[in-house]
Amino acid sequence: MNRERIIGHIPALRRYARLLTGDAHRADDLVQDTLLRACAKWALWRPDSDLRAWLFTIMHNVFIGQLRAGPPAGAQAAEIPDSGQEDDVAAAIDLERALARLPDDQREVLLMVTVEDFTYAEVARMTGVPVGTVMSRLSRGRRRLREAMEGKRETADARQHLKVMK
Amino acid sequence: MKPPDENDLHALVDGQLAPAYRAQVEAALVENPATRAEVDAWRAQRDALRELGVDAADSAVPLRLLAAVQSRQPSWMGVLGAAVAGATMGVAGWFAHAWHAGAGEPGDLRARFVRDAVVAHAVYAPEVRHPVEVGADQSAHLVQWLSKRLGAKLRAPMLEGQGFGLVGGRLLPGDDGARAQFMYQDSAGNRITLYVTVLAKGASPGATAFRFEDGKPVAAFYWIDGDFGYALVGNLSRSSLLELSKVVHAQLAG
Repeated sequence: MNRERIIGHIPALRRYARLLTGDAHRADDLVQDTLLRACAKWALWRPDSDLRAWLFTIMHNVFIGQLRAGPPAGAQAAEIPDSGQEDDVAAAIDLERALARLPDDQREVLLMVTVEDFTYAEVARMTGVPVGTVMSRLSRGRRRLREAMEGKRETADARQHLKVMK
Repeated sequence: MKPPDENDLHALVDGQLAPAYRAQVEAALVENPATRAEVDAWRAQRDALRELGVDAADSAVPLRLLAAVQSRQPSWMGVLGAAVAGATMGVAGWFAHAWHAGAGEPGDLRARFVRDAVVAHAVYAPEVRHPVEVGADQSAHLVQWLSKRLGAKLRAPMLEGQGFGLVGGRLLPGDDGARAQFMYQDSAGNRITLYVTVLAKGASPGATAFRFEDGKPVAAFYWIDGDFGYALVGNLSRSSLLELSKVVHAQLAG
Protein backbone atom coordinates (compact mmCIF):
# COMPACT_ATOMS: atom_id res chain seq x y z
CA MET A 1 0.00 0.00 0.00
CA ASN A 2 1.32 3.35 -1.01
CA ARG A 3 2.23 5.88 1.64
CA GLU A 4 1.37 8.66 -0.72
CA ARG A 5 -2.23 8.18 0.37
CA ILE A 6 -1.25 10.06 3.51
CA ILE A 7 -0.82 13.23 1.47
CA GLY A 8 -4.53 13.45 0.80
CA HIS A 9 -5.16 13.72 4.54
CA ILE A 10 -2.68 16.53 5.18
CA PRO A 11 -5.21 19.36 4.72
CA ALA A 12 -7.56 17.84 7.35
CA LEU A 13 -4.67 17.19 9.73
CA ARG A 14 -3.59 20.81 9.37
CA ARG A 15 -7.10 22.11 9.94
CA TYR A 16 -7.47 20.07 13.09
CA ALA A 17 -3.99 20.95 14.36
CA ARG A 18 -4.55 24.63 13.67
CA LEU A 19 -7.71 24.73 15.78
CA LEU A 20 -6.23 22.48 18.42
CA THR A 21 -3.08 24.53 18.98
CA GLY A 22 -4.41 27.98 18.06
CA ASP A 23 -1.14 28.73 16.29
CA ALA A 24 -0.29 28.15 12.63
CA HIS A 25 3.38 27.40 13.20
CA ARG A 26 2.82 25.07 16.13
CA ALA A 27 0.11 23.36 14.13
CA ASP A 28 2.42 22.58 11.24
CA ASP A 29 5.06 21.34 13.68
CA LEU A 30 2.46 19.01 15.11
CA VAL A 31 1.46 17.82 11.65
CA GLN A 32 5.06 17.29 10.68
CA ASP A 33 5.79 15.22 13.80
CA THR A 34 2.64 13.25 13.12
CA LEU A 35 3.62 12.54 9.52
CA LEU A 36 7.11 11.49 10.48
CA ARG A 37 5.78 9.12 13.09
CA ALA A 38 3.18 7.77 10.70
CA CYS A 39 5.87 7.04 8.12
CA ALA A 40 8.08 5.41 10.74
CA LYS A 41 5.18 3.22 11.83
CA TRP A 42 3.78 2.70 8.35
CA ALA A 43 4.28 -1.07 8.52
CA LEU A 44 1.79 -1.14 11.43
CA TRP A 45 -1.05 0.36 9.47
CA ARG A 46 -3.58 -2.26 8.37
CA PRO A 47 -4.68 -1.55 4.80
CA ASP A 48 -8.30 -2.48 5.59
CA SER A 49 -8.57 0.07 8.40
CA ASP A 50 -9.41 3.75 8.29
CA LEU A 51 -6.26 5.68 7.41
CA ARG A 52 -7.72 9.00 8.55
CA ALA A 53 -8.58 7.65 12.02
CA TRP A 54 -5.13 6.09 12.25
CA LEU A 55 -3.45 9.41 11.44
CA PHE A 56 -5.61 11.30 13.93
CA THR A 57 -4.79 8.72 16.60
CA ILE A 58 -1.11 9.34 15.99
CA MET A 59 -1.65 13.08 16.12
CA HIS A 60 -3.51 12.71 19.40
CA ASN A 61 -0.58 10.77 20.87
CA VAL A 62 1.98 13.26 19.59
CA PHE A 63 -0.07 16.13 20.99
CA ILE A 64 -0.41 14.47 24.40
CA GLY A 65 3.30 13.77 24.41
CA GLN A 66 4.05 17.41 23.70
CA LEU A 67 1.76 18.54 26.52
CA ARG A 68 3.56 16.24 28.94
CA ALA A 69 6.86 17.67 27.80
CA GLY A 70 5.67 21.08 28.99
CA PRO A 71 3.65 23.98 27.66
CA PRO A 72 4.99 25.62 24.53
CA ALA A 73 6.70 28.95 24.78
CA GLY A 74 4.31 31.84 24.34
CA ALA A 75 0.65 31.95 25.16
CA GLN A 76 -1.86 30.27 22.92
CA ALA A 77 -3.56 32.38 20.32
CA ALA A 78 -1.01 35.11 20.94
CA GLU A 79 -0.70 35.79 17.22
CA ILE A 80 -4.27 36.93 16.82
CA PRO A 81 -4.72 40.67 16.59
CA ASP A 82 -7.16 42.19 18.99
CA SER A 83 -8.78 45.18 17.38
CA GLY A 84 -9.78 46.90 14.19
CA GLN A 85 -11.67 43.93 12.81
CA GLU A 86 -15.02 43.53 11.18
CA ASP A 87 -17.74 41.93 13.28
CA ASP A 88 -17.55 38.50 11.65
CA VAL A 89 -13.82 38.37 11.94
CA ALA A 90 -14.02 39.56 15.52
CA ALA A 91 -16.49 36.81 16.37
CA ALA A 92 -14.23 34.20 14.79
CA ILE A 93 -11.28 35.50 16.78
CA ASP A 94 -13.30 35.43 19.98
CA LEU A 95 -14.32 31.87 19.26
CA GLU A 96 -10.76 30.82 18.57
CA ARG A 97 -9.60 32.40 21.81
CA ALA A 98 -12.36 30.77 23.82
CA LEU A 99 -11.47 27.46 22.18
CA ALA A 100 -7.84 27.89 23.16
CA ARG A 101 -8.87 28.31 26.78
CA LEU A 102 -10.77 25.04 26.94
CA PRO A 103 -8.99 22.16 28.67
CA ASP A 104 -7.03 20.21 26.03
CA ASP A 105 -9.08 17.03 26.33
CA GLN A 106 -12.35 18.89 25.87
CA ARG A 107 -11.01 20.85 22.90
CA GLU A 108 -9.80 17.67 21.24
CA VAL A 109 -13.14 15.90 21.55
CA LEU A 110 -15.14 18.93 20.48
CA LEU A 111 -13.05 19.41 17.33
CA MET A 112 -12.90 15.74 16.38
CA VAL A 113 -16.68 15.53 16.61
CA THR A 114 -17.82 18.84 15.17
CA VAL A 115 -15.16 19.76 12.63
CA GLU A 116 -13.77 16.37 11.62
CA ASP A 117 -17.07 14.44 11.77
CA PHE A 118 -15.77 11.45 13.72
CA THR A 119 -18.36 9.35 15.56
CA TYR A 120 -18.27 9.21 19.35
CA ALA A 121 -17.06 5.62 19.18
CA GLU A 122 -14.23 6.59 16.83
CA VAL A 123 -13.18 9.43 19.11
CA ALA A 124 -13.20 7.02 22.06
CA ARG A 125 -10.93 4.61 20.19
CA MET A 126 -8.61 7.34 18.96
CA THR A 127 -8.15 8.98 22.33
CA GLY A 128 -8.14 5.72 24.29
CA VAL A 129 -11.01 6.48 26.67
CA PRO A 130 -14.54 5.05 27.12
CA VAL A 131 -17.41 6.58 25.14
CA GLY A 132 -18.88 7.89 28.40
CA THR A 133 -15.75 9.97 28.92
CA VAL A 134 -16.00 11.29 25.36
CA MET A 135 -19.59 12.36 26.04
CA SER A 136 -18.76 14.12 29.28
CA ARG A 137 -15.82 15.95 27.67
CA LEU A 138 -18.04 16.96 24.79
CA SER A 139 -20.73 18.19 27.16
CA ARG A 140 -18.37 20.18 29.32
CA GLY A 141 -16.57 21.58 26.29
CA ARG A 142 -19.78 22.73 24.65
CA ARG A 143 -21.12 24.38 27.80
CA ARG A 144 -17.87 26.04 28.66
CA LEU A 145 -17.33 27.40 25.17
CA ARG A 146 -20.88 28.72 25.11
CA GLU A 147 -20.44 30.43 28.46
CA ALA A 148 -17.19 31.98 27.31
CA MET A 149 -18.77 33.31 24.13
CA GLU A 150 -21.83 34.64 25.90
CA GLY A 151 -19.65 36.35 28.47
CA LYS A 152 -17.79 37.94 25.58
CA ARG A 153 -21.01 39.11 24.01
CA GLU A 154 -22.19 40.66 27.24
CA THR A 155 -18.91 42.47 27.65
CA ALA A 156 -19.14 43.73 24.08
CA ASP A 157 -22.71 44.86 24.67
CA ALA A 158 -21.67 46.63 27.85
CA ARG A 159 -18.85 48.35 26.04
CA GLN A 160 -21.19 49.41 23.30
CA HIS A 161 -23.55 50.71 25.94
CA LEU A 162 -20.79 52.73 27.57
CA LYS A 163 -19.90 54.28 24.24
CA VAL A 164 -23.46 55.35 23.73
CA MET A 165 -23.65 56.80 27.23
CA LYS A 166 -20.65 59.04 26.74
CA MET B 1 -41.12 7.34 25.38
CA LYS B 2 -38.65 8.45 28.00
CA PRO B 3 -37.45 12.02 27.65
CA PRO B 4 -34.22 12.25 25.68
CA ASP B 5 -31.13 12.42 27.87
CA GLU B 6 -28.26 14.79 27.27
CA ASN B 7 -26.29 12.33 25.18
CA ASP B 8 -29.24 12.13 22.81
CA LEU B 9 -29.17 15.89 22.44
CA HIS B 10 -25.47 15.89 21.54
CA ALA B 11 -26.05 13.10 19.08
CA LEU B 12 -28.90 15.09 17.56
CA VAL B 13 -26.66 18.12 17.08
CA ASP B 14 -23.86 15.98 15.62
CA GLY B 15 -26.09 14.00 13.28
CA GLN B 16 -25.28 10.75 15.07
CA LEU B 17 -28.82 9.60 15.87
CA ALA B 18 -30.63 6.88 13.95
CA PRO B 19 -33.27 8.58 11.74
CA ALA B 20 -36.26 7.04 13.53
CA TYR B 21 -35.06 8.00 16.96
CA ARG B 22 -34.02 11.42 15.72
CA ALA B 23 -37.65 12.26 14.93
CA GLN B 24 -38.67 11.27 18.45
CA VAL B 25 -36.00 13.43 20.05
CA GLU B 26 -36.97 16.38 17.88
CA ALA B 27 -40.62 15.90 18.82
CA ALA B 28 -39.70 15.88 22.50
CA LEU B 29 -37.84 19.17 22.02
CA VAL B 30 -40.93 20.93 20.77
CA GLU B 31 -42.41 20.59 24.22
CA ASN B 32 -39.35 21.87 25.98
CA PRO B 33 -38.27 25.36 24.86
CA ALA B 34 -35.39 25.63 27.32
CA THR B 35 -33.78 22.45 26.06
CA ARG B 36 -34.48 23.46 22.51
CA ALA B 37 -32.68 26.75 23.05
CA GLU B 38 -29.67 24.88 24.38
CA VAL B 39 -29.65 22.56 21.37
CA ASP B 40 -29.93 25.53 19.02
CA ALA B 41 -26.99 27.18 20.74
CA TRP B 42 -24.91 24.01 20.34
CA ARG B 43 -25.85 23.84 16.68
CA ALA B 44 -24.80 27.44 16.15
CA GLN B 45 -21.54 26.72 17.96
CA ARG B 46 -20.94 23.65 15.80
CA ASP B 47 -21.48 25.70 12.64
CA ALA B 48 -19.15 28.41 13.91
CA LEU B 49 -16.40 25.88 14.69
CA ARG B 50 -16.71 24.32 11.25
CA GLU B 51 -16.50 27.75 9.70
CA LEU B 52 -13.33 28.37 11.68
CA GLY B 53 -12.00 25.09 10.29
CA VAL B 54 -12.63 26.23 6.72
CA ASP B 55 -10.35 29.21 7.22
CA ALA B 56 -7.72 27.09 8.91
CA ALA B 57 -7.56 24.61 6.03
CA ASP B 58 -7.28 27.09 3.24
CA SER B 59 -3.58 27.77 2.91
CA ALA B 60 -1.20 25.85 0.66
CA VAL B 61 0.43 22.80 2.25
CA PRO B 62 3.99 23.73 3.21
CA LEU B 63 6.74 21.82 1.51
CA ARG B 64 8.22 20.55 4.77
CA LEU B 65 5.05 18.55 5.37
CA LEU B 66 5.17 16.96 1.95
CA ALA B 67 8.85 16.25 2.49
CA ALA B 68 8.01 14.53 5.79
CA VAL B 69 5.97 11.97 3.91
CA GLN B 70 8.33 11.55 1.02
CA SER B 71 11.83 11.74 2.41
CA ARG B 72 12.13 8.10 3.37
CA GLN B 73 10.75 6.89 0.13
CA PRO B 74 12.32 8.81 -2.70
CA SER B 75 10.81 6.44 -5.22
CA TRP B 76 7.21 7.05 -4.22
CA MET B 77 6.75 8.74 -7.52
CA GLY B 78 8.12 6.66 -10.31
CA VAL B 79 8.18 10.03 -11.97
CA LEU B 80 11.53 10.87 -10.59
CA GLY B 81 13.39 7.97 -11.96
CA ALA B 82 17.13 7.98 -11.92
CA ALA B 83 17.33 11.75 -11.99
CA VAL B 84 16.23 11.83 -8.40
CA ALA B 85 17.04 8.45 -7.04
CA GLY B 86 20.66 9.52 -7.06
CA ALA B 87 19.83 12.69 -5.22
CA THR B 88 19.55 11.88 -1.56
CA MET B 89 19.01 15.47 -0.64
CA GLY B 90 15.27 15.09 -0.35
CA VAL B 91 12.50 17.14 -1.70
CA ALA B 92 13.26 20.41 0.01
CA GLY B 93 16.79 20.69 -1.24
CA TRP B 94 15.51 19.65 -4.55
CA PHE B 95 13.10 22.45 -4.93
CA ALA B 96 15.81 24.86 -3.90
CA HIS B 97 17.33 24.59 -7.36
CA ALA B 98 15.72 27.00 -9.67
CA TRP B 99 14.04 25.70 -12.73
CA HIS B 100 16.25 27.68 -15.08
CA ALA B 101 19.42 26.23 -13.62
CA GLY B 102 18.79 23.04 -15.48
CA ALA B 103 16.33 23.97 -18.14
CA GLY B 104 18.59 22.59 -20.81
CA GLU B 105 18.70 19.17 -19.27
CA PRO B 106 15.68 17.00 -19.79
CA GLY B 107 16.38 15.01 -16.62
CA ASP B 108 16.32 18.08 -14.41
CA LEU B 109 13.33 19.49 -16.12
CA ARG B 110 11.52 16.27 -15.59
CA ALA B 111 12.59 15.93 -12.02
CA ARG B 112 11.64 19.37 -10.85
CA PHE B 113 8.68 20.35 -12.82
CA VAL B 114 6.82 17.08 -13.12
CA ARG B 115 7.36 16.30 -9.49
CA ASP B 116 5.92 19.66 -8.45
CA ALA B 117 2.95 19.04 -10.71
CA VAL B 118 2.34 15.52 -9.42
CA VAL B 119 2.68 16.56 -5.78
CA ALA B 120 0.26 19.43 -6.31
CA HIS B 121 -2.16 17.00 -7.92
CA ALA B 122 -1.80 14.49 -5.09
CA VAL B 123 -2.47 17.17 -2.50
CA TYR B 124 -5.48 18.89 -4.01
CA ALA B 125 -7.24 16.44 -6.31
CA PRO B 126 -8.60 14.39 -3.36
CA GLU B 127 -9.78 17.48 -1.49
CA VAL B 128 -13.51 17.52 -0.94
CA ARG B 129 -14.04 20.94 0.58
CA HIS B 130 -11.30 23.02 -0.97
CA PRO B 131 -10.00 21.50 -4.16
CA VAL B 132 -9.56 25.00 -5.62
CA GLU B 133 -9.11 28.54 -4.34
CA VAL B 134 -11.25 30.18 -6.97
CA GLY B 135 -14.06 28.25 -8.58
CA ALA B 136 -15.08 27.96 -12.22
CA ASP B 137 -18.13 30.11 -11.48
CA GLN B 138 -15.66 32.99 -11.46
CA SER B 139 -13.54 31.69 -14.32
CA ALA B 140 -12.80 35.12 -15.81
CA HIS B 141 -11.68 36.35 -12.42
CA LEU B 142 -9.69 33.14 -11.89
CA VAL B 143 -7.68 33.44 -15.10
CA GLN B 144 -7.11 37.15 -14.58
CA TRP B 145 -5.93 36.61 -11.03
CA LEU B 146 -3.55 33.76 -11.88
CA SER B 147 -2.19 35.70 -14.88
CA LYS B 148 -1.44 38.62 -12.64
CA ARG B 149 0.33 36.49 -10.07
CA LEU B 150 2.39 34.58 -12.61
CA GLY B 151 3.16 37.69 -14.60
CA ALA B 152 2.03 36.29 -17.95
CA LYS B 153 -1.25 35.95 -19.75
CA LEU B 154 -2.67 32.52 -18.97
CA ARG B 155 -5.64 30.75 -20.42
CA ALA B 156 -7.67 27.88 -19.01
CA PRO B 157 -8.38 25.35 -21.75
CA MET B 158 -11.97 24.21 -22.17
CA LEU B 159 -12.26 20.44 -22.02
CA GLU B 160 -16.05 20.02 -22.04
CA GLY B 161 -15.75 18.27 -25.38
CA GLN B 162 -13.64 15.63 -23.67
CA GLY B 163 -16.08 15.33 -20.77
CA PHE B 164 -14.10 17.41 -18.28
CA GLY B 165 -15.52 20.57 -16.76
CA LEU B 166 -13.39 23.23 -15.10
CA VAL B 167 -13.56 23.06 -11.30
CA GLY B 168 -11.36 26.08 -10.69
CA GLY B 169 -7.78 26.92 -9.92
CA ARG B 170 -5.11 27.54 -7.37
CA LEU B 171 -2.01 29.61 -7.01
CA LEU B 172 0.93 27.54 -5.78
CA PRO B 173 4.47 28.40 -4.77
CA GLY B 174 7.47 27.42 -6.84
CA ASP B 175 11.05 28.41 -6.15
CA ASP B 176 11.23 30.35 -9.35
CA GLY B 177 7.93 32.10 -8.76
CA ALA B 178 4.26 31.39 -8.55
CA ARG B 179 2.64 28.54 -10.42
CA ALA B 180 -0.94 27.88 -11.40
CA GLN B 181 -3.01 24.74 -11.15
CA PHE B 182 -6.27 24.35 -13.06
CA MET B 183 -8.48 21.47 -12.01
CA TYR B 184 -11.03 19.63 -14.16
CA GLN B 185 -13.49 16.92 -13.31
CA ASP B 186 -15.58 14.50 -15.35
CA SER B 187 -19.06 13.22 -14.55
CA ALA B 188 -17.60 10.21 -12.71
CA GLY B 189 -15.69 12.52 -10.40
CA ASN B 190 -12.25 11.83 -11.92
CA ARG B 191 -10.04 14.86 -11.61
CA ILE B 192 -7.18 16.00 -13.78
CA THR B 193 -4.99 19.01 -13.18
CA LEU B 194 -3.08 21.25 -15.54
CA TYR B 195 -0.02 22.70 -13.86
CA VAL B 196 1.50 25.79 -15.41
CA THR B 197 4.74 27.63 -14.85
CA VAL B 198 6.20 30.66 -16.56
CA LEU B 199 9.78 30.04 -17.59
CA ALA B 200 12.55 32.43 -16.67
CA LYS B 201 13.59 34.82 -19.40
CA GLY B 202 15.77 33.06 -21.93
CA ALA B 203 15.27 29.70 -20.27
CA SER B 204 12.77 28.32 -22.71
CA PRO B 205 14.05 25.91 -25.33
CA GLY B 206 11.11 27.15 -27.46
CA ALA B 207 9.02 24.05 -27.56
CA THR B 208 9.38 20.40 -26.68
CA ALA B 209 7.55 17.23 -27.57
CA PHE B 210 5.13 15.67 -25.13
CA ARG B 211 6.93 13.64 -22.54
CA PHE B 212 5.23 11.02 -20.47
CA GLU B 213 5.82 10.01 -16.87
CA ASP B 214 4.02 7.22 -15.14
CA GLY B 215 4.12 7.95 -11.43
CA LYS B 216 1.61 5.43 -10.17
CA PRO B 217 -1.16 5.94 -9.42
CA VAL B 218 -1.13 9.13 -11.42
CA ALA B 219 0.52 9.81 -14.73
CA ALA B 220 1.58 13.02 -16.40
CA PHE B 221 2.30 14.43 -19.83
CA TYR B 222 4.44 17.53 -19.84
CA TRP B 223 5.76 19.89 -22.41
CA ILE B 224 7.14 23.35 -22.97
CA ASP B 225 5.57 25.81 -25.35
CA GLY B 226 7.03 29.28 -25.63
CA ASP B 227 7.35 30.87 -22.22
CA PHE B 228 5.26 28.25 -20.47
CA GLY B 229 5.85 24.82 -19.02
CA TYR B 230 2.79 22.61 -18.74
CA ALA B 231 2.05 19.29 -17.05
CA LEU B 232 -1.27 17.53 -17.33
CA VAL B 233 -1.69 15.10 -14.45
CA GLY B 234 -4.34 12.50 -13.79
CA ASN B 235 -5.16 8.97 -12.86
CA LEU B 236 -5.96 8.03 -16.45
CA SER B 237 -4.61 5.71 -19.10
CA ARG B 238 -1.69 6.94 -21.11
CA SER B 239 -3.78 7.16 -24.26
CA SER B 240 -6.59 9.17 -22.63
CA LEU B 241 -4.12 11.53 -21.05
CA LEU B 242 -2.33 11.97 -24.35
CA GLU B 243 -5.57 12.83 -26.14
CA LEU B 244 -6.34 15.42 -23.50
CA SER B 245 -2.83 16.81 -23.68
CA LYS B 246 -3.14 17.28 -27.43
CA VAL B 247 -6.39 19.18 -26.96
CA VAL B 248 -4.87 21.36 -24.26
CA HIS B 249 -1.79 22.02 -26.38
CA ALA B 250 -3.85 22.92 -29.43
CA GLN B 251 -5.96 25.37 -27.44
CA LEU B 252 -3.04 27.05 -25.72
CA ALA B 253 -0.53 27.12 -28.59
CA GLY B 254 0.42 30.50 -29.96
